[in-house]
Amino acid sequence: MDDIQKNLLETIADLHGIPAGAYNIRSNSKPLARASTANIEITPKTDKDGIDIRIKPGTQNESVHIPVIMSVAGLKELVYNDFYIGEGADVVIVAGCGIHCGGNDDSQHDGIHTFYVGKNARVKYIEKHYGEGDGMGERIMNPTTVVELSEGASMEMETTQIKGIDSTKRITQAKLADNATFIVHEKLMTHGQQYAETGFEVDLDGENSSTNVISRAVARDTSRQLFLAKIRGNNKCHGHSECDAIIMDSARISAIPEITANHPEANLIHEAAIGKIAGEQLVKLMTLGLTEKEAETQIVNGFLK
Amino acid sequence: MLELKHVSFSVEDDQGPREILTDMNLRIDDKKFVVITGPNGGGKSTLAKLIAGIEKPTSGNIFFDGKDITDWSITERARAGISYAFQQPVRFKGITVNDLMRIAAGNEALSTNGVCQYLSEVGLCAADYVQREVDASLSGGELKRIEIATLIARKATKMALFDEPEAGIDLWSFHKLIHVFEKMHKQQRSILIISHQERILNIADEIILIADGRLRQTGTKESILPGLMEVAGKCDLFKEAEK
Repeated sequence: MDDIQKNLLETIADLHGIPAGAYNIRSNSKPLARASTANIEITPKTDKDGIDIRIKPGTQNESVHIPVIMSVAGLKELVYNDFYIGEGADVVIVAGCGIHCGGNDDSQHDGIHTFYVGKNARVKYIEKHYGEGDGMGERIMNPTTVVELSEGASMEMETTQIKGIDSTKRITQAKLADNATFIVHEKLMTHGQQYAETGFEVDLDGENSSTNVISRAVARDTSRQLFLAKIRGNNKCHGHSECDAIIMDSARISAIPEITANHPEANLIHEAAIGKIAGEQLVKLMTLGLTEKEAETQIVNGFLK
Repeated sequence: MLELKHVSFSVEDDQGPREILTDMNLRIDDKKFVVITGPNGGGKSTLAKLIAGIEKPTSGNIFFDGKDITDWSITERARAGISYAFQQPVRFKGITVNDLMRIAAGNEALSTNGVCQYLSEVGLCAADYVQREVDASLSGGELKRIEIATLIARKATKMALFDEPEAGIDLWSFHKLIHVFEKMHKQQRSILIISHQERILNIADEIILIADGRLRQTGTKESILPGLMEVAGKCDLFKEAEK
């Protein structure tokens, strides 16, 4: 790995080298390193680009890292990663993609991650997207996450895109069985002329299933964002979506939450708020000695923390 | 030393210009403990905002340590040593109590122990609060105490302005609050508090009475309190009804 690759890996996966546990590091469209453990098996797909990750039932406190780094301009890839998480397992999965685009051709990573989460299994899924490089080529990422949660299963997804992605269309779809839980924390910042579209579709099919989709977004400069959240309550269930956005400069943001109750005991709430940084917040931090610019940075950093 | 010379402040509303403060002349010497009191709507909070730089006077000048700070920004005044505790503290999504205390102390590396010390002075158990966000999950009283702790953490403070610090604070914490002011005073800082609380009036070196946008009286508690009652009783409608 060269320094650019190491830096990307550190930014998206907090990794300073090869991680412990199971991992698959993909670099410039080729596998760079891969390891399975006794409980977690990673195998390449034979019919298309991507990997299968199989986690044995009952696996406890193990982690899987599957970062993708692209440091050569002009690469375009579509990758399928399928996760099979056995009953009662409790695991952390760290994905993410970092693109360094130093050339004039676009770099594009489209990843389709599908999670089959077994009965009563728990998954924490952390995904970070980041772009850098001074080339004219666009850094494009279109991650799709498909989640099927069996009875009593839960998944918590933390997804972050803080910098450098010129265009993204992020799709997350989830189907929940009885007593399953799906929680999403999304953090998104766009700057320059970037465009980000993020869409959630959650079907609460099972009795007592619940979801909480929370998005915090900041749009600066002339960037644009579109947030869509559809929650369908098809049984006795709880669903909540919240989009909270700070708009700055000449940016534009649309938030379109949609909730549909197909069952009389479906309990659904959506909240969406877009606004600039409150003047009194800036004033408070300025009375503590910060300049207006410093105050703004603190507020945005805190908001996206 | 803080000095206001012929400071007036007016706002524009539906009925045209409206004067909030009129020809205010005031001098607060170093290390003094001064309480501003008077009826609601008399212009006390506006005065504090003018001193902190949140509002700019329509006319007149403000001097701090001999310098004319009338045109200084909020940041410049803060850096010169003026600290201001809001009457209604601001909430932030994502910024924790820890973050806010570090910003106030001007020290990113302030230890959790350091934060703890400031919070305990306002009667908060730091372990319960350091990681909490300064957001709607905190009660009004908790926020108020954190606000006061940010002023304690500001080592740069030469003059501390508190706008009704006692509002929303329970009796037990109120006792602590009095200690906070006394301690700050002992640390040779000037203190200017807007308050209606007799216990705060009791420990002041000087009391300033403001009503209807004008400075009515300055002096000791004994000389001011009777005047305060008289000002508070000046309700024209009430007098009209009594006729």
